[in-house]
Amino acid sequence: MDSRTLSHLRALEAESIHIMREVVAEFAKPVMLYSIGKDSSVMVRLAQKAFFPGKLPFPLLHVDTTYKFQEMIEFRDQFAKDLGAELIVHTNQKAIDEGANPFKLGTSKCCALLKTRALLDALEAGGYDAAFGGARRDEEKSRAKERVFSFRDKFGQWDPKSQRPELWSLYNSKVEKGESIRVFPLSNWTEMDVWAYIELENIPIVPLYYAKEREMVVRGNQLIPLEHNMPLNPGEKPQMIMSRMRSLGCTYCTGGIASDADTMPKIINELVQFRRSERENRIIDHDQEGSMEIKKREGYF
Amino acid sequence: MSESQLLRFSTAGSVDDGKSTLIGRLLFEAKGVYEDQMASLQKSSINRSTGPIDFSLLTDGLRAEREQGITIDVAYRYFATPKRKFIIADTPGHEQYTRNMATGASTADLAIVLIDARKGVLPQSRRHAYIASLLGIPYIAVAVNKMDLVEFSETVFDQIQKDFSAYAEQIGLKNLAFFPISALDGDNIVERSARTPWFKGTPLLEHLESVPVAEDRNFTELRFPVQYVIRPNLDFRGFAGQLASGVLKPGDEVMSLPAGRVTRVKELPTFDGPLKEAFPPMSITVVLEDEIDLSRGDMLVDPNHVPHVSRRFAAKLVWMLDEAGGPNRTYLLKHATQTVPCEIRRIRHRVDINTLENVQAEKLELNEIAAVVMETRRPLYFDAYSKNRAMGAFILIDPISNLTVAAGMIEESTPESVEPLQLRNLEFVGEANESATGTQLTNAERFARAGHYPATVWLTARRAVAYLLERRLFDLGCQVHVLADDSESHLLPELSRVLSNAGLIAICSIASPDPGERDRAAGFAAANRFLEVPAKELPARDDDAVEVIIKRLEDLGVLRRKDRFERGEGI
Ligand SMILES: Nc1nc2c(ncn2[C@@H]2O[C@H](COP(=O)(O)OP(=O)(O)OP(=O)(O)O)[C@@H](O)[C@H]2O)c(=O)[nH]1
Ligand SMILES: [Mg+2]
Repeated sequence: MDSRTLSHLRALEAESIHIMREVVAEFAKPVMLYSIGKDSSVMVRLAQKAFFPGKLPFPLLHVDTTYKFQEMIEFRDQFAKDLGAELIVHTNQKAIDEGANPFKLGTSKCCALLKTRALLDALEAGGYDAAFGGARRDEEKSRAKERVFSFRDKFGQWDPKSQRPELWSLYNSKVEKGESIRVFPLSNWTEMDVWAYIELENIPIVPLYYAKEREMVVRGNQLIPLEHNMPLNPGEKPQMIMSRMRSLGCTYCTGGIASDADTMPKIINELVQFRRSERENRIIDHDQEGSMEIKKREGYF
Repeated sequence: MSESQLLRFSTAGSVDDGKSTLIGRLLFEAKGVYEDQMASLQKSSINRSTGPIDFSLLTDGLRAEREQGITIDVAYRYFATPKRKFIIADTPGHEQYTRNMATGASTADLAIVLIDARKGVLPQSRRHAYIASLLGIPYIAVAVNKMDLVEFSETVFDQIQKDFSAYAEQIGLKNLAFFPISALDGDNIVERSARTPWFKGTPLLEHLESVPVAEDRNFTELRFPVQYVIRPNLDFRGFAGQLASGVLKPGDEVMSLPAGRVTRVKELPTFDGPLKEAFPPMSITVVLEDEIDLSRGDMLVDPNHVPHVSRRFAAKLVWMLDEAGGPNRTYLLKHATQTVPCEIRRIRHRVDINTLENVQAEKLELNEIAAVVMETRRPLYFDAYSKNRAMGAFILIDPISNLTVAAGMIEESTPESVEPLQLRNLEFVGEANESATGTQLTNAERFARAGHYPATVWLTARRAVAYLLERRLFDLGCQVHVLADDSESHLLPELSRVLSNAGLIAICSIASPDPGERDRAAGFAAANRFLEVPAKELPARDDDAVEVIIKRLEDLGVLRRKDRFERGEGI
């Protein structure tokens, strides 16, 4: 490559930074969804680059279901502190008080209350007209269809059949009061790009991504971490398994994978070998055919 | 891995030609599909293909798409080979969703146009090819698909190649390559097929891996639209944006638009330390040497190659709304980092994509393509789309529904396509003194914009010399105008004063000079900005005469000398 050609990672970086600046320039009150996972870590690093030497010109919002891994919460608080960023944590306390949990409600309902509803409430409470999310198009088939600037009506709903045309890098940011745009600066990144960038940039990530001996329950072909007093089925026995998380969500809904990749090069190497998708271990995605699209229509990220 | 290049490509073609099937196949063959995704494909209750696996389901990710068996909106998919990373936009063929095809194609380096071997070139294949040419997609791969249904016939392939090539030539599509394929069975996609021994080309994937990327990048004419101003404290003011063209280094001279101020780049700071050089498409932050007023929508450009600055320009529009549109309505126009109210001044004509004839039109219906004249409330700084994609592209937004209604590509303006602006409420400003007129422009700004000082050239020589001089000076980048009205020569001194107040070089060509007029004109001009050239001092040949005058303008310091010009010094 000649010296004036950007590598694909730097080209993706330039595109993401352009998207973030566009949002901050055109919207009154943006917010960045921060889920603590690897994609969020990359998104925050890109934001630091976009507004350097300034601070992030928007707060980070974490929708906490209270079913996250303890390691995630610790990481989140330290991360925000090191960054000097404003961190807003929102929980659907009412639902929790009424006893919402995945074991009782099932994953689908639980997710609707503790994630989607909580998110919509938090966005409304903050009066945000734009919200950044770290979703990538390569994650799932309905996400592959979504615009970078994705319009949401007053109820936070997505209409996949009438999306605004989006040409070049000229994004349409016009919305009426109450409507909003979800913005996906990592749209064109793949899982491999994210890991390669984390390695290249030395970005801190939650230790759960690295393999170690963890207490797990084997259920079907899933490894489920033992946290939050998860009820066991008859005959199930917790075991110590050398394992790690490939993607992070709530403890009960994120299956682990058996792995001994305890360093970044090993993780990347493992990824090259993978023949199965990262969301396979996300229990929620498989509730029913097209379940991600249904959740997204209702306002899920 | 992190060093590989990125190629963006999109699919195009009529409904059911097999675009999604081809992309699914390509992903599968390039190992871009995970086992669990394949398993859910095999399990799928829907399979409209005649093979064991319906590959189109890999990209048709919406429920409505799976139910109806068509693509509705673009799907973006990704895969990598050891040579390259690919971003694919699989677009819908259905006419109703042409806008989504344009969305996917707008950023593509290459388009794969699919043609069903049984059906040949259809109107929708032509529409998509036309849009691909409007969008300036540098490479076109034509995949003649479903060859398995025509017994891999060379004659069929040759005929389609001939038909499409003829159309492509008419619309100016470049860099065509043709492939006989079966998306369903995989022929000539990754490996050369034994069923087409007559085909001498490479398989499709090999072509995708080897076409040059981003050849059209422009490193010479600086265009830096200011996207956002970073001002964390009083000591730092950085202009953030994505470099559209040109190269920037600390120390480089830049001109700001619309102010026309010339200054230098002080630093290109980044999170990872200052840059030595920036080039497109980098997203950067620029710190300038002087404190000049710049905000979002403004632009930094090369002082020696400024873009067009105008409120009126010719463009091609692709109409993308179900509801018709046209003149006498206000839209919002988003171009680079500016959004301005605008009107479609006039529809010059609509293009019939089948016959390529120009058709009269009063309004624009969904998916129609037209040549128009646009007029904006504030000036835009632009280049023709064909020269600079980022500087010639715009979208129109309806201010009431907020929908994106059209995609636009600015054309090179000619006097035939764009009539000059009507000057409304023109106020006669007779004073040279900038403070007295209430103008917000300083003379320095005007000079910087023009690249020279204003001057009056008083010529009693042949009229042809005046017009040749005008031509030459114009070609040197000067703002210049000939005043040659023999019957009303008494007006020339006043007119020349207006022109030089506006920063122009006024060439007064006058046959029978009246000394009073000459003295008045000289009196209006600033010291050293009046050049009188009597006929007898000029060589006989017009060319030589013009050379002499230009030399004298240089001596006076009105023009920058050529050598100084090239070193990029300011005036
Ligand atoms: N026999 C044969 N059938 C094919 C081939 N390619 C595609 N098909 C079939 O053609 C039909 C349409 O294929 P799609 O891939 O959905 O077509 P498309 O161009 O994506 O359609 P739209 O996106 O709706 O415009 C399906 O039934 C495919 O199985 C091929 O090479 N041979
Ligand atoms: Mg399709």
